[in-house]
Amino acid sequence: MKENRQALNRQLAQMLKGGVIMDVTTPEQARIAEEAGACAVMALERIPADIRAAGGVSRMSDPKMIRGIQEAVSIPVMAKCRIGHIAEAQILQAIEIDYIDESEVLSPADNIYHIDKTKFDVPFVCGAKNLGEALRRIAEGATMIRTKGEPGTGDVVQAVSHIRLMQSEIRRLVSMNEDELFEAAKQLQAPYELVKYVHENGKLPVVNFAAGGVATPADAALMMQLGAEGVFVGSGIFKSGNPQKRAAAIVQAVTNYQDAKLLAELSEDLGEAMVGINEQEIELLMAERGK
Amino acid sequence: MRVAVLALQGAFIEHEQVLQELGVETFEVRQLSDWQQPKDALIIPGGESTTQVHLLSSLGLLHPIRQAILDGLPVFGTCAGLILLAKQEDGHPREGLCTMDIDVCRNAYGRQLGSFNAMGEVAGIADQLPMTFIRAPYVHRALSPDVEILSEVDGHIVAVRQRHQLATAFHPELTADHHLHQYFIQQINHPSA
Repeated sequence: MKENRQALNRQLAQMLKGGVIMDVTTPEQARIAEEAGACAVMALERIPADIRAAGGVSRMSDPKMIRGIQEAVSIPVMAKCRIGHIAEAQILQAIEIDYIDESEVLSPADNIYHIDKTKFDVPFVCGAKNLGEALRRIAEGATMIRTKGEPGTGDVVQAVSHIRLMQSEIRRLVSMNEDELFEAAKQLQAPYELVKYVHENGKLPVVNFAAGGVATPADAALMMQLGAEGVFVGSGIFKSGNPQKRAAAIVQAVTNYQDAKLLAELSEDLGEAMVGINEQEIELLMAERGK
Repeated sequence: MRVAVLALQGAFIEHEQVLQELGVETFEVRQLSDWQQPKDALIIPGGESTTQVHLLSSLGLLHPIRQAILDGLPVFGTCAGLILLAKQEDGHPREGLCTMDIDVCRNAYGRQLGSFNAMGEVAGIADQLPMTFIRAPYVHRALSPDVEILSEVDGHIVAVRQRHQLATAFHPELTADHHLHQYFIQQINHPSA
């Protein structure tokens, strides 16, 4: 039964491919996201940029607020729980969330252990900044992976380095002799079976999205060209001047990520982008949470 | 034979892989210039139907594709694809391609916890077909006598055909059984009544 759910949960992620998942904090924002063509929304009380600004401990959102968003839209609704917070995940499962993001954007609840996601029926997406992290999360039961990026900054540099690193590590595994995979598994600190899968298939066994710092249609197209199968946009949309237009433009940019002429049109007159913070200016690297 | 695969969003690569295994050439439709290539049929994949409708209309694809289907282009829609083809949703006209005389229910089994696998018969195609339902729709009812009901699971219609249009609420592109794709290709070559 559990194996069956794992497969169904991986398959839901397959249906999200080529799409944009948007952070929303109100039912109204969720409707804007849905109308703009989002393939799912992430319901949370504060978007990463505000979490960063507010500081303090950041926790799972109020279930009532999440339910409000579930009622407002027909697309899948995701929500975040803290790394290692089994009870928050159980609560999100109880309200029938479509996907749980065990997220480094919230304050970690456990400095060592992630949630054993194989014990749940609802699917989990987890962040990873390299192949080892991705495979460890998949071993724990994650059925979708995203880059960590550096959320709430509007700076895409971390997401780019995470996806580049992951892709180059995958290529390295593919080029190995079979007898070298045992040592590779040891170095990656990941289960041998998953390492072997990547060696044979040249990709992760689950869908891999880009996340963290995506703020423009060009950012989204860049991540797709680097091999992401879809994009999460957090603060980039509702921290910008014209959320409707920017959201729709990013959705189109993900579909036609190789058409520079169309991307030029999509990038016109979007109003102000989120101001953003440079990677060097931030004191808290969220990507370093949960390895 | 060349089959166009609508590649705006969703699980289009899975359909391409099945067709390639069956020796059929495919190409992706992401914008109008792709659509203008010669083609013998169209596949509309699973994904999010609201996203796909939004992209179809903003890319100017909605009307040309609708017209081509009305003119007789064979089409196969799975899950979101079935929703896009449907004329009605819960008894009301809906936005989309609206070429098939069916009334659909979206997210008919609820949220992701309601997703499931089943085995079922598809009339004239397979006795025991593995079916994967992901936040799936089903068909309330046919709106025209020429809609054939090919399969029902737990009393709900999950596969239909109306002349050159084939649609399933489940995802044959996610299982190793390719009977439905084979049937669709056969229909392109030898259209039956």
